[in-house]
Amino acid sequence: MIELENVSYGYGSGELLTEMSLKLAPGSFHFLTGPSGAGKTTFLKLLYAELMPSAGQVIAFGSDVRSMARDDIALLRRRVGVVHQDCQFLDHLSLAENVALPLTVADREIDTRELVELLAWVGLKAQMDSLPPALSGGERQRAALARAVIMAPDVILADEPTGNVDWEMSLKLLTLLVELNRMGKTIVIATHDMNLIRSAKAQVAARVLRIKGRRLHLAGADL
Amino acid sequence: MTRYLVLARAFLASDLQSDRVVPPSGFTARLTVFAAAAMAFLAVFALALSFAAGRLSDRWSDALAQSATIRVSAPQDQIDRQVSAVMAVLETTPGIASSRQLPPEETQALLAPWFGPDLPVETLPIPALIELVEGGGGFDAEGLRLRLQAEAPGAVLDDHDRWRRPLVAAAGRMKLLATGSLLLIGAAMAAMITLAAQAALAANGQVIRVLRLVGARDVYIARAFVRRFTLRAAGGAAVGAALAMIAVALIPAGDDGGGFLTGLSFEGGEWIWPLLLPLMAAGVAFAATRAAALRALKGLM
Repeated sequence: MIELENVSYGYGSGELLTEMSLKLAPGSFHFLTGPSGAGKTTFLKLLYAELMPSAGQVIAFGSDVRSMARDDIALLRRRVGVVHQDCQFLDHLSLAENVALPLTVADREIDTRELVELLAWVGLKAQMDSLPPALSGGERQRAALARAVIMAPDVILADEPTGNVDWEMSLKLLTLLVELNRMGKTIVIATHDMNLIRSAKAQVAARVLRIKGRRLHLAGADL
Repeated sequence: MTRYLVLARAFLASDLQSDRVVPPSGFTARLTVFAAAAMAFLAVFALALSFAAGRLSDRWSDALAQSATIRVSAPQDQIDRQVSAVMAVLETTPGIASSRQLPPEETQALLAPWFGPDLPVETLPIPALIELVEGGGGFDAEGLRLRLQAEAPGAVLDDHDRWRRPLVAAAGRMKLLATGSLLLIGAAMAAMITLAAQAALAANGQVIRVLRLVGARDVYIARAFVRRFTLRAAGGAAVGAALAMIAVALIPAGDDGGGFLTGLSFEGGEWIWPLLLPLMAAGVAFAATRAAALRALKGLM
């Protein structure tokens, strides 16, 4: 699905990530851990081609992202749903319009019934007409998750999805992501919250990856 | 052709959604409307100037080129003899279709604007004037001058060329300047719309990042900005052109002697040209905004 072959990435003269290799199989569940500043967000950005590797190859759905045209990268992002830590929205559009944005930009018809069902699934049906600035941190995270899955993507990447919410909301978000995984989606969650990883491992077979010393390690034994 | 029609239809009608994803841009939108209106207003006057200069140039080139005047200045007792000599010379000069001596009342009418109607011009030593009209092949002006010098020493041939040539050149230059002004107006409008579009793109950096993140293609994002600026430029230009057309229509019409300023208008089919300005403004805005948007988007992943 998405494969990294000896991928390195650096800013200027320094290298942040070195010779990372990984295969994301369909339906797999991965956690990505590491200390703050280790490069978790950068790693995720390499997966959806917001950054290009300085060495090695990122193969997404059979194509090297470096050889992709800009339109192909846009199409790639329709197959990869991303939940950002800071959850950026278009503040002048309602929550429902923001969640439906991937469909809008893909010129696809919006099925209102399905949209309402999706909002109900993430517990935001009552807020569907609200503007994003009126939402709480947890509501924004769930809205971002709904937006990430509305195109039925093959892969969902979540960058510290529970970073700004309380434990109860973290578990709720985790449950939603586990449900998506059971539906066959590939999930990658970048987090430094070990309790969240332990809770997830009780529900799903998840691999834990750790970025340490600029390299990627399998860290399942640490938990 | 069909492809362009399909594109135009999609551009105008189908994509209100893509327009909506970009928040309303009050200042840049108003700037675009104002700039387009002002530029169209100026462009109408530049067009009118261009047409008026063209008409003037044509009139001076064609109409006056066909005629010439011979002025006979001599003592009163010799004038009739010299006029007869001139007429005899003209009758035997090839390339002259007709000639006639202006009667005193016509000469008087010509002088009236300079001396006033009450001055008894008949008491003044006024030269006799002979008007001649060229034939098809024209006449040899230098040869005629030499013959007149021999037959009627007081006769002077004025083929209008001496004053007509700089006037025609001036009118031609004025037409060129008006055309150049039109191009400059178009370029200035493109520059202003580019700046407004760049300001709108910069102000909507986060919107563009979110759109890219959720899978929007560059053309989709650009289309939202292009559509907005194109329609506003066309609307502003329509208002500016309409106001300027009214202003031009209200300039008092003059007669043939009314001078250049009263000729600053459109005649017949020329009125179609200012109507095309909103379309041209839309074209300029489309190209300028699209180029600015695609250039800005290239800097983002």
